[in-house]
Amino acid sequence: MNRADFVEGLRGGSAVALASAPFGALFGALAVENGMSLSEAAFMSATVYAGASQMVGIELFGHNVHAWLIVLSILAVNFRHVLYSAALARYIGHFTPVQKFFTFFLLVDPQFAEAVKRGESGRQLTFAWYFGFAIIIYIPWVLISVAGGMLGGFIGDPKAIGLDILLPAYFLGIVLGFRKRDNFLPVALVSAVASVLAYRYVGSPWHVSLGAAVGILLAAVLPLPPQEADLEADALKSEVHEV
Amino acid sequence: MEFDLHMALVILAAAAATFATRIGGYILITRMKSIPPRMEAALNAVPAAVLTTLVAPAFFIGGWESKLALIVALFIGLRFSHTWMLVAAWIVVMTWRHSIGA
Repeated sequence: MNRADFVEGLRGGSAVALASAPFGALFGALAVENGMSLSEAAFMSATVYAGASQMVGIELFGHNVHAWLIVLSILAVNFRHVLYSAALARYIGHFTPVQKFFTFFLLVDPQFAEAVKRGESGRQLTFAWYFGFAIIIYIPWVLISVAGGMLGGFIGDPKAIGLDILLPAYFLGIVLGFRKRDNFLPVALVSAVASVLAYRYVGSPWHVSLGAAVGILLAAVLPLPPQEADLEADALKSEVHEV
Repeated sequence: MEFDLHMALVILAAAAATFATRIGGYILITRMKSIPPRMEAALNAVPAAVLTTLVAPAFFIGGWESKLALIVALFIGLRFSHTWMLVAAWIVVMTWRHSIGA
């Protein structure tokens, strides 16, 4: 491993670690609030390692939803990663299989954005840099989840201190991060209406899959944009500080 | 410290699903030359569609203070970062509940 690259990665990733710290703490607090133990919350942060979908997971855990539906919802939220790993393919051909395993396991949004930026700059994307960048985000993420959970344990009624508004506001922020995408407005509006209707007439948690399916189908049948969308530029535009 | 086996298995399954999405694109792209444009459009819509379904019902069933908080957060989010959205939404909800009354 190239030491200089590793250190450079550490430096770049530490900014992301700082920016995502509040969300890690929020995850921990809400996980405990929704009935998870500290070790379970830490286990989730360490194995799933994807902020938005972890939030979705605990939201559904709290609603006593079938396990397969929780997994499916997390899969749906993380589906964007399929595009990331596709776009990253050209830069990591020289990685060993074990390195590729870690590369994909640690592939969060800012990691992807920065890796592509580095690959495009003409410098070789080394595993040392990638791993340095990733590990300085990963370890604090897991630790801060636990810290948030410990603080969350002292919290009595979440409504009294306004904790209940944070999750929807957080998701709203992620939704907004995608607002530059083609068809964003029609997709978001249709999914919103469909999910509210499904919530009302079918019931939770079906509103998630039903509402999303309607929006995704709409995107598939809407007229295609005149220009080929650039996967990487698109992903770079989306939230870069999210884990 | 309690560690529920059922919950651990669900988390592991979620982790496996997440890993599958993180390696899936690589496996696909090294096997095919291009993604059909309509499939790409559908894939592109996935995150916005899914996450919207988590906000809209919360807005719909939430009290007036929650509705106002989300609207304020929306406008804040058009200009400022996520963190400020959370701060703004929280301030609105807390102000309403503790001074105007729930």
